[in-house]
Amino acid sequence: MTAPAVARLATIRRNRFTIGQAVRLAVLIAGLLLVLYPLAWVIGSSFKSDAEIASNISVLPTEFTASHYTAGWNSFDVSFTRFFINSSVIALLTVVANAVSCLVAAYAFARLRFPMRGFWFAIMIGTLLLPGDVLIIPQYIVFNTLGWIDTPLLPLIVPKALATEAFFVFLMVQFMRGIPRDLDEAATIDGCSPYGVFWHVILPLSRPALVTTAIFSFIWTWNDFFTQLVYLNDLEDYTVPIALRLFIDSTGQSSLGAMFAMSVLSLLPVFLFFVAFQRMLVEGINTSGLKG
Amino acid sequence: MALTTASAPVVPEQPGRRAPAAGKQRGPGGGHGRQGVAGYVFLSPWLLGLMGVTAIPMLLSLYLSFTDYSVFSSWEDVEWIGLENYREMFTGDPQFYRAVTVTLVYALVMVPLKLAAALAVALLLNRAWRGVGLFRGLFYLPSLLGGSVALALVWSALFAGDGAVNEFLAFFGITGQAWVNDPDYALGTLIILGVWQFGAPMVIFLAGLKQVPVELYEAASVDGASPSRQFWHVTMPMLSPVIFFNLVLETIRGFQGFTSAFVVSNGTGGPVDSTLLYTLYLYKRGFAEFEMGYASALAWVFLAAIGILTVVLFSTGRFWVHYADGNDR
Repeated sequence: MTAPAVARLATIRRNRFTIGQAVRLAVLIAGLLLVLYPLAWVIGSSFKSDAEIASNISVLPTEFTASHYTAGWNSFDVSFTRFFINSSVIALLTVVANAVSCLVAAYAFARLRFPMRGFWFAIMIGTLLLPGDVLIIPQYIVFNTLGWIDTPLLPLIVPKALATEAFFVFLMVQFMRGIPRDLDEAATIDGCSPYGVFWHVILPLSRPALVTTAIFSFIWTWNDFFTQLVYLNDLEDYTVPIALRLFIDSTGQSSLGAMFAMSVLSLLPVFLFFVAFQRMLVEGINTSGLKG
Repeated sequence: MALTTASAPVVPEQPGRRAPAAGKQRGPGGGHGRQGVAGYVFLSPWLLGLMGVTAIPMLLSLYLSFTDYSVFSSWEDVEWIGLENYREMFTGDPQFYRAVTVTLVYALVMVPLKLAAALAVALLLNRAWRGVGLFRGLFYLPSLLGGSVALALVWSALFAGDGAVNEFLAFFGITGQAWVNDPDYALGTLIILGVWQFGAPMVIFLAGLKQVPVELYEAASVDGASPSRQFWHVTMPMLSPVIFFNLVLETIRGFQGFTSAFVVSNGTGGPVDSTLLYTLYLYKRGFAEFEMGYASALAWVFLAAIGILTVVLFSTGRFWVHYADGNDR
């Protein structure tokens, strides 16, 4: 009849609906305030004076100043313009490379019959569980041996173009299993080769999976720290997260305002994606267990 | 959306004018070869990645874990030292044990708290009502932003000596301290940061709750089961596969926390190694001290530990995870 938690609340009270719902809503709003407070606080604090940031726990500044944004933007020898461009280039290349390579791999796994398919599929599932932290040392050594470390785009993008993000391959395989096989067969009867089926049937119908993949790989790449920290060694090549870290490296507490202002800006693209695709993101992870 | 066209260069279009015989593709003969070739064409980027980015580097690192290798050594200078790295790790490296302890405490405290929060909020958000989507979205938001450097920076400011948390505590007459700088509490602040991002498992719980058949609750209440009995005897067993899924996922992720520990401790794992998560230690040895051989050995021990952990989780799962008939989760 009702969900158990609601039922539990409801039976305690005589008036099933109004009081039970009111209590539930109050608990939820309290929880939400707690969860959103750190985000609201950092946004508010980025407009506070330096003295006020540390001592004021309220979200709203008593004296409004936007100066941290201009100061923060030019905190280092290279301005944040550059860092944002770097982050954008890396994120966009990653998104495209990742989507294309994972889609073709998923098509093979989901739709084509070929020798050793089961074996490769099992390996792919196995790499899903492989922690990236374990791979970073050996990958670094290989890329270093290849001389790629001085061209930091290669070690960051090439693995994505080779469908190493097994998670997305798996996601797309699951998605393609939902596309009716009749369509493939009809296209085959009409004279399509496996390549034609991919191009005319699977690719157009995979758009939702591609969009989900694109959104998540963008957000993950934008937030990525570990890989970029390892491969980006030149200030000119730094991305936003790596640059943000410089605030604690060099200057300490005095530039808290500038640090917060740039932190807010760094969260902005992810936040905008969230607002635009909120429904999709939350529903998209239902089946897949994705995580930001 | 431009992505759909981005796939264009990968595959040449082939109209395939050969006489199409219905059903022939599915037979064991004829069509198999054609699909077989196509299969490997489509699989080739992934296969290349598997070899070049995963398999060969891993084998290389296994080899290097038996050597004294730094990135500066040329390949001729690589010296085979056998199990020396592993011996050093287990008998002569207190920091290794420190990192293992910190990681275990971090995961063992954070994961249950996170899953409990996720389940509690999911139960409250389970029923459809106006505005529930907004709540779900907002609770999920921290999961999306969580891995970012910006939030780790915010966390160190919130939990600093003169930070907002202490201002809040002062409100109740409690004198706080510099939480992030105290070896006893620094890890706690990271755990809170991890729990704060309970949105992702929450959404998975919500999906699981939707699949519990309403008839089971109706039958239970007809039989006179109290709401708490319904929770323990209907909801929990029906939800156990999802709980298990979240448990495995979050435990493995819990072992991989890096960004927050790195940022909060400024890359040191301090104060006094109290936030020295295993991955952070691995990074320090590999990329700050350039002991790639030793770091490779650390990585392989980590890999083995995660493998063992997964096996243990899956074998205990048999005793409490209930799979309903036809539930292929």
